Amino acid sequence: MKASVEIRSAPHIKGPRSVEQIMANVVYSLLPICAFFVYQYGLSAAASILVVTAACLLTERAFVRTGTQAGSLSDFSATITGLLLALTLPPGFPLWMGAVAGISAIALGKALFGGIGFNVFNPALVGRAFVQAAFPAAIATYTPSFLPGRFTEFIPSSLAWPLMAPADTAAWLKAMQYDAMASASPLARWKFEGFVTPAWDLVTSLAGHMAVGPSPLLIVLCGAYLALRRFMDWRIPVAVLGSAGLSALIIYAAFGTKYPDPFFMLFSGGLVLGAVYMATDMATSPVTPRGMWLYGGLIGVLTVMIRYYSGLPEGVMYAILIGNAATPLIERVTQPTPFGKGASIHARKSASYTMHPDYISREEASAKTPKKRFLKNKPKKT
Amino acid sequence: MNDLSQAKTFDEFMEGIWRQNPVFVMVLGMCPVLAVSVSAVNALSMGLATMFVLVCSCGLVSLLRKLVPKEVRIATYIVIIATFVTVVDYVIQAVSLEIYDALGAFIQLIVVNCIILGRAEAHASKHPPIAAMVNALGMSIGFVIGLFALGAVREVLGAGTLFGVSLFGPNFQPWVVMVLPPGGFIVLGAWLLLFSALKRRQEARLAAPGGGHGA
Repeated sequence: MKASVEIRSAPHIKGPRSVEQIMANVVYSLLPICAFFVYQYGLSAAASILVVTAACLLTERAFVRTGTQAGSLSDFSATITGLLLALTLPPGFPLWMGAVAGISAIALGKALFGGIGFNVFNPALVGRAFVQAAFPAAIATYTPSFLPGRFTEFIPSSLAWPLMAPADTAAWLKAMQYDAMASASPLARWKFEGFVTPAWDLVTSLAGHMAVGPSPLLIVLCGAYLALRRFMDWRIPVAVLGSAGLSALIIYAAFGTKYPDPFFMLFSGGLVLGAVYMATDMATSPVTPRGMWLYGGLIGVLTVMIRYYSGLPEGVMYAILIGNAATPLIERVTQPTPFGKGASIHARKSASYTMHPDYISREEASAKTPKKRFLKNKPKKT
Repeated sequence: MNDLSQAKTFDEFMEGIWRQNPVFVMVLGMCPVLAVSVSAVNALSMGLATMFVLVCSCGLVSLLRKLVPKEVRIATYIVIIATFVTVVDYVIQAVSLEIYDALGAFIQLIVVNCIILGRAEAHASKHPPIAAMVNALGMSIGFVIGLFALGAVREVLGAGTLFGVSLFGPNFQPWVVMVLPPGGFIVLGAWLLLFSALKRRQEARLAAPGGGHGA
């Protein structure tokens, strides 16, 4: 999406950065995570990623073509939606349901609101919420990672015919000498059996046959790359993880053994993936620095509350969707005071004035103030 | 003259089916539309019950249109509509208790269905009985179509059946969301989208030079 018309008040600060560039970098940073996911679960995970992403791209294409949606396929945003959606689904999720998730993610989550930049909710999570409501049994069916034959055969539930119920994975696992215990996600095991998986096993997710997604450590590393290159704001993931950890710690300290330790809370389920990649979606998160802290804090607390006190074992998805819904309100209450206005005319020491040249040079290494660029680009009269 | 009045009557009849469809264009009576469209049978019986009430009450309202004082007309319409709703209520109870249970309070709530009161007020009270009943019949057919469109999609996806007949065999995976309230809203939204897209296309074709031909 190359902007050719700019209607805004001064000052205009131009950086050599486009939507395509940001989105492409997010895709690059997601590739190692996807590769690790495929390494964990083999053929089924690879097929799931491909099918979900293809469904997202095709739906995007259809809506862009009818002219009802802004943006284009080349801006990579639908690719990100597809990859993220596939990473949040169980690896053995039936492929046709994955396609339904991808289609509803783009159609309900994005096209309905007018395309890229206009969506109120994170499209990937809208897609996941739809299939969670439509197929609650299939989305809770996990299989253990690192099964011996994972690169040569599909998980049987993957290959269900469209509209048909998936095959039972429990019998398939029993034949492979694995009990059903290993195929419950750590959060479900804690919620329904009271078993707390050691946090370090979850961080690397390399310890044996566990039903977990990609390693939180890897996600944090890939997210750090994005944050360092300023493709993503570091405040949101820090706020989400910080507030989730803090509220888990308070509950753990107050009630003790009834609840798991805060490290288990941080590294289990999709919290790290949600905090780093989903909550930071640019269109659906606040732009004000104080708003980011508030938004992240809200998501973290809600996640812990839903995990502890609701019927569902996992709460990240709904927490982020609620955070998305609250974003406009948060932005309204956290508007920064314009430079030179407000109660005090003295600059506060800790304040970050986003329009101040010093701050810009810190944010964008190569940012520069425009040198009468618009005059140079003036159309020549012939 | 006869030709003209026939064309006009046909136009009145088609108004409710297409141009002023109560579900897809006017978006009226959403309460029963969303609540009872879980299956095609429910949707159809609800639609037929509304049809009976709408046609009969519009006919009666039209007959009495010169006798009813303006000040008490709404109360009169409600009494007339309630009479026919009571008839329908007992008839459904006698014909099929199963459907009666499935539709629940929504049969009695036909009394406050805004399509019926709206037609009585806007059309039947100003037109002779035949015209009023033809228009009411068109409206109610439009309502039945709308309800059935929702009910069929929700039943096919939510249970894999249509009119209770299994379409995909025993191994079908039901979409739980479709029989829940969100499914009603999602399917209604999809139908509204389709209808407005069709309408826009038609308008564009008519607006185009030499419209109405080809493509």
